[in-house]
This record gives sequence, C-alpha cells and structure tokens, in this order.
Amino acid sequence: MKNGKLRQFVDKIKPTFDKGGKLGFLKSTFEGFETFLFVPNTVSLKGSHIRDSINLKRTMALVVIALLPAVLMGMLNTGYQHFLSQGQDVAFWSGQALWYGFIRVFPLIVVSYIVGLGTEFAVAQVKGHEINEGFLVSGMLIPLIVPVDIPLWMLAVAIVFAVMIGKEIFGGTGMNIFNVALLTRAFLFFAYPIFMSGDKIWIGGMFKGENVVDGFSGATPLAEAAAGNLDSLPSSMDMFMGYIPGSVGETSTLAILIGAFILIYTGIGSWKIMLSATVGGLLMGLLLNVFAVNPFMEVPFWQHMIMGGFAFEVVFMATDPVTATQTETGKWIYGFLIGILAILVRVINPAYPEGMMLAILFMNVFAPLIDYYVVQANIRKRLKRVTA
Amino acid sequence: MFSSKNMKLLTNPLGDSNPITVQVLGICSALAVTAKLKPAFVMAISVLVVMTLSNVIISLLRKTIPNRIRIIVQLVVIATLVILVDEVLRAFVYDVSKQLSVFVGLIITNCIIMGRLEAFALANKPWDSFLDGLGNAFGYGWILIVVAFFRELLGSGTVWGYPVLDKIGLYDIGYENNGLMILSPMALIVVGIIIWIQRSRNKDLIESN
Repeated sequence: MKNGKLRQFVDKIKPTFDKGGKLGFLKSTFEGFETFLFVPNTVSLKGSHIRDSINLKRTMALVVIALLPAVLMGMLNTGYQHFLSQGQDVAFWSGQALWYGFIRVFPLIVVSYIVGLGTEFAVAQVKGHEINEGFLVSGMLIPLIVPVDIPLWMLAVAIVFAVMIGKEIFGGTGMNIFNVALLTRAFLFFAYPIFMSGDKIWIGGMFKGENVVDGFSGATPLAEAAAGNLDSLPSSMDMFMGYIPGSVGETSTLAILIGAFILIYTGIGSWKIMLSATVGGLLMGLLLNVFAVNPFMEVPFWQHMIMGGFAFEVVFMATDPVTATQTETGKWIYGFLIGILAILVRVINPAYPEGMMLAILFMNVFAPLIDYYVVQANIRKRLKRVTA
Repeated sequence: MFSSKNMKLLTNPLGDSNPITVQVLGICSALAVTAKLKPAFVMAISVLVVMTLSNVIISLLRKTIPNRIRIIVQLVVIATLVILVDEVLRAFVYDVSKQLSVFVGLIITNCIIMGRLEAFALANKPWDSFLDGLGNAFGYGWILIVVAFFRELLGSGTVWGYPVLDKIGLYDIGYENNGLMILSPMALIVVGIIIWIQRSRNKDLIESN
C-alpha cells in the first residue's frame, strides 16, 4: 500500500527527533503528534489481547462530542444573560447572543487547553514519558464549570496546580486520585472566593459593572433558594432549558441530557453511576422536604436536579473512569453516596453553595476503599462456596 | 571540638536527615504557624532555645536518670523550658505570642525534641548534644521560614508584614492574593513540594517498598 503524503512527511522528519537527533529532546512531543495523526503500529508480544477499535484518544474524542451541546447552550446563554443584564431585548436563539457568548467563552477554552496541555507536555518531556491525551476532556470540562467572568490568569494558575498536584505527581493520566477539572474548580473556589461565588460573577461583564440595569440580580437559582427567596426562582422550564445564570456549561439540563445519552449509548459513561447518583440526590431531597424547617429545604426535591451543577457533574465528572470506582457493585454505592452528599452539602452548609464539587472530590478519595471491600466481599462469597 | 564528626551533627539535619522533610516529624506546628513569616521565625527561635537547652540538660543528667522514669524527666525539663520561653515571648513580643497562642505550649509535645532526647542526648556528651540540638533546630527552622515566606508572599502579598506586591504595583494590573495559601492544607502541599524537590535531587532518600 502506498503511503499518503502526510505519512511520508512524518517518516521523513522522524529521525530528527530520535535519540541523538537534532531535536531529540522533543521526542515525547513528536510521538504525541504522530500518534494523534496515525494509529501506532507497535504490537504487544506477550499474552492474549482483544483487538478493538476503541482507544484512549477515541474515548476522549467521544466525550468532547458529548460536551458540545452543553458548550453551545452555554455560549447562547452567556450572550442572552449579558444582554438581559443590560436591558437589551436579544432573543436566546440569536446570532447576537451566540457571538457574544463565543467571544467570551472561546478564550477560556483556549487558555484551558494551552496551559493544561503545555503542563502535560513539559512533564512528559522532563520525565521522558510518552504524552498522554488525558487532558483532552479536562480541557473542555474546565471552561464549562467556571463563571464566565473569571480572569484568565487565575484559570491558568488553577490548571497548572490541578495538573501538577492532582495528576502528574500521582503518575499522570490514569493514575490520578482526583478529577482534574473539579480540582481546578476547587482551587479557584478556595483561592479566589470573590471570583467564584456571589451574584455578580455569573454574567458576562457584570462584575466590572458595565451598564447593568437597575434591579437586575445576577443571582443563580441556587443562591435565590439559599437566601429563601423561593418566589424569585425561575420557572422549572427555564432551569431545564438553561435560561438561568450559572457556570458556563452547567445551566442547560437539556443539553446535558443529550450528552448523557451519547455517553450511555456509546458505553463510555457508566449509566449505573448516573442513575444511582440521581436516585441518591432525589432521596436526599425528599428527606429534606420531610423535615423542611427552612425555605431551602422546602425546594421540591426534583428541582435540585435542574439547579446548579448537579446534572452536569453527575453526567461528566462522577462518571470519570479513572477516579470513579472500578467494580460494578462499587459504582452503585459510589454514585448513590455522591448524590446524597451533594444535596446534603448544598442545602445544609450555607458556606458552600454548590455541594456537587465537594461531594465528588470526597467520594474520589473513597473510591479505592469501596472497590477494596467489594472485592473482599466477593472473595469471601466464593470461598464460602468452595468450602461449603 | 569542631571535628568533622561534630560538624556532621550540625549539618546533617539541615539536609539529608532533616527532621521535617526526611523524618517527617513536627509537621503539626509547621502547618499551624507558617501563614506569616514573623510567627514562623519566632517559633523557630523558641524551638531552637528549647531544643538545645533540653538536649544539654538531659545529656548532663544522663547518667543519673533511672531508665524507667526517663520520659517523665525529659518532659519536666522540656516543660520548664517551654514555660520560660512562653513568659519571655509574652513580655517582649506580645502580639506574636498572641498569634502563636497554644502552639508555644505545644512545643512540649513536638516530636522532634522528644526524639532527639531519646535518640541522642541520653547517650552522648553535652557538647555533642548541644550541636545535635542546634542542627536539628536549624533544620526545623529553615523549613518553617521557607514555607512561611511563600505562604505570606502568595497568600497575603507581604514579606514580614511589608506589602511587597502592592509596592511593585501587581494589584493594579489585576493580581489577587491566593486565599488558599492562608489555609493550612496549602502548608502541607508546600512542605510536600520541598520534599519532592529534595528527593528528586538526592535519590538515596527515596524509600523502597
């Protein structure tokens, strides 16, 4: 078979990057790009292997595709909320809203990828490892879980921290204990709290006070509910469609459901985690409804699903295959506890308006423990069968 | 008096057998008092005084202390010195003493001091014990000061209370202090980074399983 032009070109420049070549110190970077363009032709020599067309890069690409509806809705909503805050009448589905959203959200995505991949490439170069594409998904997730007005340098600092401390020191892609995107958000939340909470940060331009109409409140539904203003909550339909203030990509439950469908259909996201987390959240909401002693606890339990980042983080973060439990039984327990903890922290602790981030990071720590006990229980069960 | 063996007692704890980064002792106070440079410095001095003096005293008494009650004797010596240090701090640097609050008293339970008494002073001459105490106190102190320097600079934008970042105009271009550096988890991470750097420079320190 005759090789294509691109293959010929790659083969031609390859020796430059080999050991002793002119650019030998960039070997990891070169291999990263080569395997991005072509499937590597190395084969395993020992043991039996099942060949499958799925690999890490394709898995990652599918998750990014599943995120695209949320990105689109996030951009539209960023523009819509911005014009709303200025008292201009611009429709949600309009080119004007999309354009404003695009020029605000696109820099976040660019910074996220450049800084994150830059850190990964640098570490791989220094340690002489192959480059892993682990950041492809994190890089898209991070811009979607921050407020649109976050300064870009803060985002960059947080990403460097999360990739280095959260991932590389544990051994890189596939070895991290914490979800990198959530760690980025946690860093921002604790390091720069005024840029991560409050009423003014969720709407493009509002933090700097650009011509905001009198009486316009940028408060998210969660903030309204926490303050006890149940009357000023947006309608459930608005919250479901995503016509509400919030972090860039987590407002539209509809877009997230489309993403969830793609992940479940392709078998990449675990439906067990998504289902059990939702059930956990609903049960906790119900329990709080029973004991409703303040307005926040009276919020109908099902509305918790469409407020804040619950849906987004259940679908895209809790199902992260690296930091979630590996055993199938463990996935039920893991998801269920995430749901319960998220609603518990959200409603009971006023200092943390969104409990989802902390719930998932907390359960990330417990995932190996859950797996350990599931495996032990299985061993005991089978031992009993043998000895009986 | 300053033989190479004695100099080793002084210099080893600064690097390859550092009480914090290698033996991982005395972590609690390293996390608690390092949000600002000044309290960290005062804490380092206090530990230096208590450690060297208690080392010397125990070393002088080493032949008369009955083995079965040695721990309680060590505690009496340390506690006496800590109370003295505490009184001096209250008399001369009251505000810092307020900031350090309970952590001065907790020097009594600082594992490094008990560790040195048990492992060194009980079996060595006063001069050697003095050097050993001094070395370990410096080893403890420099880590505290480095951690406190970064935490104060990045968390509050000051060095020893002087607003460095404000003077060079960083805030005018949109810089913000990092609130996470004030919280103690970040002290743990900064100590972790020092340990990381140290062990990647000296591979002998990496434990094998």
